[in-house]
Amino acid sequence: MATVETFADVPEASAAARWRTFVVDFCRQRPLGAIGAAVVLLNLVVAALANVISPYDPLATDYGAMLAAPSRAHWLGTDAFGRDVLTRILYGSRTAMLVGFSCAFIGATLGAVIGVTSAYFGGKVDLLIQRVMDIFLSFPLIILALAVVAMLGTGLENVIAAITVPMIPRAALVARSSALAIREMPYVDAARAAGFRHGRIILRHMSPNVMAPYLIMLTAFLGQAILLEASLSFLGLGVSEPTPAWGLMLRGAAVQFAESAPWMAIFPGLAISLAVFAFNLFGDSLRDALDPRLRTQ
Amino acid sequence: MTKYIIKRLLLMIPTLLGVAVLIFFLMRVVPGDIVELRFSGETSGVSKETLAIERARLGLDKPLWHQFVTYMTGLARFDLGTSMWTGAPIHEEIKLRFALTLQVAIMSTIIAVLLAIPLGVLAALKQDTWVDYSVRIFSIAGLATPSFWLGILFILVLLVFFKWLPPMVYTPFWVNPWQNMLQLIWPALAVGYRYSAVATRMTRSAMLEVLREDYIRTARAKGLWQKLILTRHALKNAMLPVLTVIALEFAFLMGGLVVTEQVFNLNGLGLLFVESVAHRDYTLTQALVLLVAASFIVVNFLVDLAYAWIDPRIRFR
Amino acid sequence: MTALLEVKNLVKHFEVSRGLVRAVDGVSFSLEKGETLGLVGESGCGKTTTGRCILQLERATSGSILFEGRELTTLDQSELRAVRRKMQVIFQDPYSSLNPRMTVGQIIAEPLAVHGIVRGSAARAARVKDLLSRVGLLPAHARRYPHEMSGGQRQRVGIARALAMEPSLIICDEPVSALDVSIQAQIINLLEDLQSEFGLTYLFIAHDLAVVRHISDRVAVMYLGKIAEMADRKTIYDNPRHPYTKALLSAVPIPDPELEMKRERIVLGGEVPSPLNPPSGCVFHPRCPIAVERCTHEIPVLRDLTPGHGAACHLAEIA
Repeated sequence: MATVETFADVPEASAAARWRTFVVDFCRQRPLGAIGAAVVLLNLVVAALANVISPYDPLATDYGAMLAAPSRAHWLGTDAFGRDVLTRILYGSRTAMLVGFSCAFIGATLGAVIGVTSAYFGGKVDLLIQRVMDIFLSFPLIILALAVVAMLGTGLENVIAAITVPMIPRAALVARSSALAIREMPYVDAARAAGFRHGRIILRHMSPNVMAPYLIMLTAFLGQAILLEASLSFLGLGVSEPTPAWGLMLRGAAVQFAESAPWMAIFPGLAISLAVFAFNLFGDSLRDALDPRLRTQ
Repeated sequence: MTKYIIKRLLLMIPTLLGVAVLIFFLMRVVPGDIVELRFSGETSGVSKETLAIERARLGLDKPLWHQFVTYMTGLARFDLGTSMWTGAPIHEEIKLRFALTLQVAIMSTIIAVLLAIPLGVLAALKQDTWVDYSVRIFSIAGLATPSFWLGILFILVLLVFFKWLPPMVYTPFWVNPWQNMLQLIWPALAVGYRYSAVATRMTRSAMLEVLREDYIRTARAKGLWQKLILTRHALKNAMLPVLTVIALEFAFLMGGLVVTEQVFNLNGLGLLFVESVAHRDYTLTQALVLLVAASFIVVNFLVDLAYAWIDPRIRFR
Repeated sequence: MTALLEVKNLVKHFEVSRGLVRAVDGVSFSLEKGETLGLVGESGCGKTTTGRCILQLERATSGSILFEGRELTTLDQSELRAVRRKMQVIFQDPYSSLNPRMTVGQIIAEPLAVHGIVRGSAARAARVKDLLSRVGLLPAHARRYPHEMSGGQRQRVGIARALAMEPSLIICDEPVSALDVSIQAQIINLLEDLQSEFGLTYLFIAHDLAVVRHISDRVAVMYLGKIAEMADRKTIYDNPRHPYTKALLSAVPIPDPELEMKRERIVLGGEVPSPLNPPSGCVFHPRCPIAVERCTHEIPVLRDLTPGHGAACHLAEIA
């Protein structure tokens, strides 16, 4: 491991250069993807700076301005407690980004490691892991999430767990199929012949080489995780009040006051759609750029 | 082929068994039980004896392994038992709701196919033109729009512009088809959009794959219609992945309509599932999960069968 | 003197859906310290599988592999790890045998760190540079990624990686067949230099006799999972007894134009039979120019014609 540091300076410089050309090419050849990436970045900035840019306190209730229509004071109106909708949407992106990135990262990573492990050992181990993954796969996503929430209770960490668990077998499936090809690579044989431990071969020699499908999965999971979090919160099984979260803002009150205060139903939904749209746009272009087989000529 | 079918059928058993075992233990790990929940509303306090009697009635006083054996032997005889909450036989509980959910799922499938096939084919034929871009953006937006939010928007539009709301009470199709449609077309549309987005994208890439074949490339110069005719034969194979996503998405809907049903106040499987988990109704939850998992596994099996039928090499893997 | 490596009756069968592939079917040979054995045969003859079994990349179906006096086939994972240091491999394809996500420096340094051969990152960096210069590369190459190098350079990296473990045996699995002819000689010379410098023992796998002629002390010819003939280099090239060896030799061009003109070519008919159902009797008989009735049902054993020269042919003395 120490050698990584020893030689770190130079390869990183060349890696940085390659990244730069990749990014430039990506923006030039896939403008839609670049737009998606820009919106994703914007979302991240909003999430980070929510407390700075928001006009109000997301939790402050104002009974003098309940269900107020969009106006100069409240650009996107207020909700049933007189809370500013814009503020809650801005803060809500914190929840969405946090859930989205943690779920996608943990789910894709754990899934990839399990998939690679399954492919590396093959035989009975592979068969066993595949069967277990099959079991989880045949549990519908939302039902698995429901069960996890019922077990652990609501709250941010539990929502993250509930959304991550069903993602793992999906990621494992994809990673396994790529890893099966890598398993046959001579450099994996070389690592085995060198007497390295299984864990090292799986983590250092095989996993980094399923990077392209991993990144593709990661971006696809980002949008899915945000959607799932919104669905769970909408059902009252996700993040709980008064935490600002988009799905939660649509829950109950939004439907109830749909006629009198439609802004409550429209804007949080728009926020969800826009965020997921951007992630998908970016993810799609990234997939095209990374996977030559899927590239349309 | 027979050997392959038998092999695949046998492989389904451990998966279903795993699902059954998993949900059994998952439910027991969930804190709180049905008896506590049932009496939790009563303020006067319930005596320990009452709770114990109720537990004994439901068989919850037995050791876990005993409950497990009872459950598994019941399954072996295809006996799902009775709901712990309502006391009604589970197949009675499920029947009507299953019909409703199935109908919404079928309707959204029809909507999705009607949208996806023409749009996907068109986008592929007109690749990299504004038509293609519009279709792609339309379908990516479909993936990004939560069905439940689309449902809320539908309700909003109907309410604000037409001063009308879909009927709240479920009418079976064979009783009054018009009434039934008025109620169910909206959730079907809301779900169908997302569903069609998945299928459109698959149709487009499958078509592109076909169009890339050499003999079709030579026909590029000819008109769009000829191109379509030329690809007719190749299309059959290319449609396999499209069929796959449609089938899998359909299986997914059987358990995935939870949120949409909530929005439209539909008494379907999803709502029943949420309730049964909330009530810690072990028997009902187990039955529902098995039902949904079984439909998913069966659809998966049928898809695999279709692949093996078209491409015999798969059978040897 | 005990042999460094002794392979006895090695068998490796693969189960596939349509039956049993007899990749290696009873192979025995031994390797003395410091010598080079060339293992030659057409593709699919089991030579690579033999190498992989010795390296324990595949578990042998039966038979014994003694390395430095230890039986490898019964070792468990942790015991194997210690032995593996002493036994290294150089692969055929220099493009896929190096991890594309690691720099050359990392590739060579990794075994040094894992096995605790060199402690401390500065010392390891120095050792990497030393190894690179020994295989004819520059210290600066340590910072390169494999895809930034040529095929010959990559193969040198593969050699350096094997050397890093300070092995006593290196299995060279067609190390030059994927390289340009001009590079081939360079790599073979490098392997020879390293052999004398470090006292290495080579099992050199190749698909034709021309390549191993230069480097081998002894040569074993394999056909369909069995050894057809084995002898020291001079004997096998000057006095081959097995008709298969003769056929292989006749395909090797002779660098003397006059002799080359007179060279008789034996062209074998047909394809190599499938190891799924090998022919009865002598596995070579369907393609053998001199086969007699006996060859179709009686399996010839590898027997010594003269000490150190074995052939598995009923007609070895007559032909």
